[in-house]
Amino acid sequence: MSLLEQTHVRTTDAVVRLENVSKQYGSGASALLALDHVSLTVRQGEFVCLLGASGCGKSTLLSLVAGLDKISGGTFDIGGRNVSLMFQEAALFPWLSVAGNVELPLRLQGVGKAERRKRAQELLEIVRLRGFGEKRPHELSGGMRQRVALARALAQNADVLLMDEPFGALDAMTRDILHDELERIWREQELTVLFVTHNVREAVRLGDRVVLLSSRPGRVIEDFPVTHGRPRRIDSPEVSGQAAEITDRLRAEVARHAN
Amino acid sequence: MPTETTVAESAEVNGLDNLELAPKSDKGTLGKRIWKSTWPKLLAVAIVLLLWQVVVWSGWKPEYVLPGPRTVFGDLKDVITTGDFWDGVRLTLIRALTGFGLAVLIGTIVGAAVSRFAPLRAAIGSLITGLQTMPSIMWFPLAILLFQISESAILFVVVIGAAPSVANGLISGIDYVPRTWLRVGQVLGMKGLAKYRHLILPASLPSFISGLKQGWAFSWRSLMAGELLVIVPGALSIGVRMQQARDLSDSSLVICYIIVVLVIGILIDVLFNTADNALRKRWGLTGN
Repeated sequence: MSLLEQTHVRTTDAVVRLENVSKQYGSGASALLALDHVSLTVRQGEFVCLLGASGCGKSTLLSLVAGLDKISGGTFDIGGRNVSLMFQEAALFPWLSVAGNVELPLRLQGVGKAERRKRAQELLEIVRLRGFGEKRPHELSGGMRQRVALARALAQNADVLLMDEPFGALDAMTRDILHDELERIWREQELTVLFVTHNVREAVRLGDRVVLLSSRPGRVIEDFPVTHGRPRRIDSPEVSGQAAEITDRLRAEVARHAN
Repeated sequence: MPTETTVAESAEVNGLDNLELAPKSDKGTLGKRIWKSTWPKLLAVAIVLLLWQVVVWSGWKPEYVLPGPRTVFGDLKDVITTGDFWDGVRLTLIRALTGFGLAVLIGTIVGAAVSRFAPLRAAIGSLITGLQTMPSIMWFPLAILLFQISESAILFVVVIGAAPSVANGLISGIDYVPRTWLRVGQVLGMKGLAKYRHLILPASLPSFISGLKQGWAFSWRSLMAGELLVIVPGALSIGVRMQQARDLSDSSLVICYIIVVLVIGILIDVLFNTADNALRKRWGLTGN
């Protein structure tokens, strides 16, 4: 923790606050309880990883925070802040160039053409894709497309960046390098990130905290602070050690669902 | 959020990007590419001509009923070198383009309305598909009663034949916008008109183009049927000329006009395919 505090000052303002939030799909006998009394606070500048096995409602939780879905019970407070969301697929629009995709959020906000161009160039530079603006999305690799998606998310200039297994479809090497990139951008841009994954090492590699969720229904089992200094390596003994500890908890949770 | 940080080069990221980008494949010169796509077509034409000639040689029908390729192409050369013939082609193409243009306009409006309003969809969604299966020639008796022997009668049938395909192309394009794109639109806060302009319409473009292509095929067929059935006095369209050739029992001339209609159809199909392929290439939808 101390190393983090030295590199940049972090306030403790809650940016996202969920208290006893429940989410139920359907009603009556066929109702499905996806989230059950979940309480979670994400503070300004924090990198929080949500971790859980299948059916823990991680993605449901993100949808709620993103405002794509409504909570069934409890309180949810985001203080009118904007969020942007990244998915496992880059979901870039093929009819726009790479730069066009990054510019789109600005265009929707009514930002003028010249300024839009300039900002898109800056953002592409941040994700190290300078010179690729005129390409079409399909001409890039999967990892590069995810970086474009990140640039597009950054273009929204949102207060919170939500990421739904953004590196899930990438090979290990690419993922490794993108972890470094994301960590750098998070630090430089002072982002607040809520990151969903089912990969324990990834969660420990990236997060300030790893929040472990149970499955069916999703509840918070434990909140693990991760205090190893940054930048981290996914294969360092500290990360591996804590990942093993969390994996044990996760396995115990999965075993609970045996017949 | 501050962004004035300069991003230092990263050899790792750069190297990975270079490794993952496929090296450009060499597709040869333009001439070679054209030849590659042309020779199978030329071969097909040669096979058809050969079969035709073989049937003529077999003496199945007398030469004045079924003339051989040499006679027909000789006549075709004479026909297409007259200005009169090109007036006919112009008349037919103007009818085709007017009809198709109207069909696109109506089909687009109906398609947009149907995909926008659920009750409308329930009411006329399946009706549109039903209309598509209707052979257009069946509309002519009614069209003639409604509009007499006139250009309008032909236009009516051309439009009613083509508009459903255009509408259906748009509707299915809108229906099958990928869910992840819709979610992106939601996250970016797209609503109402902006959502249509920046997401729904561009996303439905490939399907819309297929609809246009199919609509063209239907309008061209309807038009040819119309020109044989509805002979507007003074309008010497391709269909009328063909009918006249038949009245004179001039088989060679009839076959000439069949070839003309075929060639026009193929040329316009090439136009649509070029547009379709250009879009697919731009979007990265081509297999590779």
